[in-house]
Amino acid sequence: MSHNVLDLSALELREAVASGELTAGEAVEAYLDAIERREPHLRAYNEVLADEARAQADQVDAQRRDGLPMGPLAGVPVALKDNLCTPFGHTTCSSKMLADFRAPYTATAVAKLRQAGAVILGKTNLDEFAMGSSTENSGFAPTCNPWDPKRVPGGSSGGSAAAVAARTCAAALGSDTGGSIRQPAAFCGVVGLKPTYGRVSRFGLVAYGSSLDQIGPLGRDVADAALLADVISGYDPKDSTSIDRPVGDFLAGLDRPVHNLRVGWPGEFFSDALDGEIRSAIEKARDLYKELGATIVDVSLPHSRIDTDAAGNLSSYAVACYYIVAMAEASSNLARYDGVHYGHRTDRPCDDILDLYSRSRAEGLGEEVKRRIMLGTYTLSAGYYDAYYHKALKVRRLIKNDFDRAFEQCDVLLCPTTPTTAFALGEKTADPLTMYLADIYTISVNLAGLPGLSLPAGVSAAGLPIGMQLIGPVFREDLLLRAGRMFEKASGISRLAPPMVQ
Amino acid sequence: MSKTIESDLVRHIGKLSRIELTDQETQTLATQLGAILVYFDKLQGLPTDGVEPMVHALEVHNALADDVPHQSLTADQALANAPDRDGDFFKVPKVIGDSQ
Repeated sequence: MSHNVLDLSALELREAVASGELTAGEAVEAYLDAIERREPHLRAYNEVLADEARAQADQVDAQRRDGLPMGPLAGVPVALKDNLCTPFGHTTCSSKMLADFRAPYTATAVAKLRQAGAVILGKTNLDEFAMGSSTENSGFAPTCNPWDPKRVPGGSSGGSAAAVAARTCAAALGSDTGGSIRQPAAFCGVVGLKPTYGRVSRFGLVAYGSSLDQIGPLGRDVADAALLADVISGYDPKDSTSIDRPVGDFLAGLDRPVHNLRVGWPGEFFSDALDGEIRSAIEKARDLYKELGATIVDVSLPHSRIDTDAAGNLSSYAVACYYIVAMAEASSNLARYDGVHYGHRTDRPCDDILDLYSRSRAEGLGEEVKRRIMLGTYTLSAGYYDAYYHKALKVRRLIKNDFDRAFEQCDVLLCPTTPTTAFALGEKTADPLTMYLADIYTISVNLAGLPGLSLPAGVSAAGLPIGMQLIGPVFREDLLLRAGRMFEKASGISRLAPPMVQ
Repeated sequence: MSKTIESDLVRHIGKLSRIELTDQETQTLATQLGAILVYFDKLQGLPTDGVEPMVHALEVHNALADDVPHQSLTADQALANAPDRDGDFFKVPKVIGDSQ
């Protein structure tokens, strides 16, 4: 059995453990072995927690021996983005600022995974404080794409996406502020769900853009994403923005096709700037939905429109709006890293406390994080607040109104997840603005608070995964996942395996 | 279309942000921040008169916690990651002194 443990989905693995066909101990050893072989080529993990993982697996096996009920993730080895607070190991956010930080409390989503019997394998790499789209902004080292080690895995949850694709974990959690689950899922050929804002507690998720951040799962197929979403969703009194309403059971209804599904087709997302192969993959998906009995409805999202400007760059109101809002929130959230309470403190002598703050932050924070804090500080400062931040909040309303109108005519929207397939390491690091445009299809979803799902729609001629995105109305993850499952089943595009695991 | 902002402005933002900058960083940032601000300026062309600003993703109103006592972090837990401590206190350089 241990030979093909890595081929099992999280759902299958849980069933094998619950039925006694496989022990959690065997499963964790198979994954630790895969990590040892593949990590040198990937660097998806910041920290592998082998001892803790073995102890958790032993616990699951003991529960089974004692005839106790098995949780919905019993024995499933999962990886956690390293901005989720864990009671063991470090929580670094891939920042030198937090290189030695050990969280004094546990994120609610992590506690729920543990309660469900999941085995935590380790903490995965990210763009520092989740600020980036390639994982190259990690303060430690970039992660490689399992499909081509010269390419980025996307970001900021690049470590989680790469580990799921490379079978060095069965499933993972990430966080998504502007596309940070969906974009790396697309680049690595896995499924990623960004739930509705408020669906999953953010307690213990290190804050970046608090009105946008949301924790979500990455898995090899839609069922695994549904399984993890079921476990982590729900109201939490520790997060005042978490929503108190019933979650339902995403997995139970998953294989029920959506009757009379209306698929919205946002024309603004299919400009000339879109890569030809991606366009054709999404058009094929549209045609497949038609064959399955769905109606295709043309809808308009004028304020998320994507154009090409005179310089040949992609241009969108949503991108400008998103970065103003996210950076403003970041400048406030990251003020806590002061060299006093926790995190890096400068060794240089300081005359006063302001020197201590400024030097500790200068040394502990990376370039992109500094840029975002500074731009956020600027747009919130006296004299500029109205022109930037206040204006962006109004544009955010217009973007949300577009979605509200669209969902009067359709159940889900279908569009690309990314404008290109995975780009080369180093390709976009010189110009921050070109990197921001990697999120052009995903950011409006965060601004509007909606759930979004990215799933594989095919593989390009160059052998790189193509992601398609389904967007749903608030709290309709059930609909999104069922619609995603319909495509996955009918197309047979599922559980894509990169060359390194074949 | 590009725009470089003044080095003095970059230094001022650095000060507001509590981030010490080298001269080299200040120069690089003047170009980079300028280019990003040009991108932000796109929004100026969009009419938004009478549009209600959207502060939050969902219309949620004050969520109040139940007024019941619960266990908070102990002083030792709260201080476990502190760069420097003195008993149950965070230790810092002098806050009030010669500098204005």
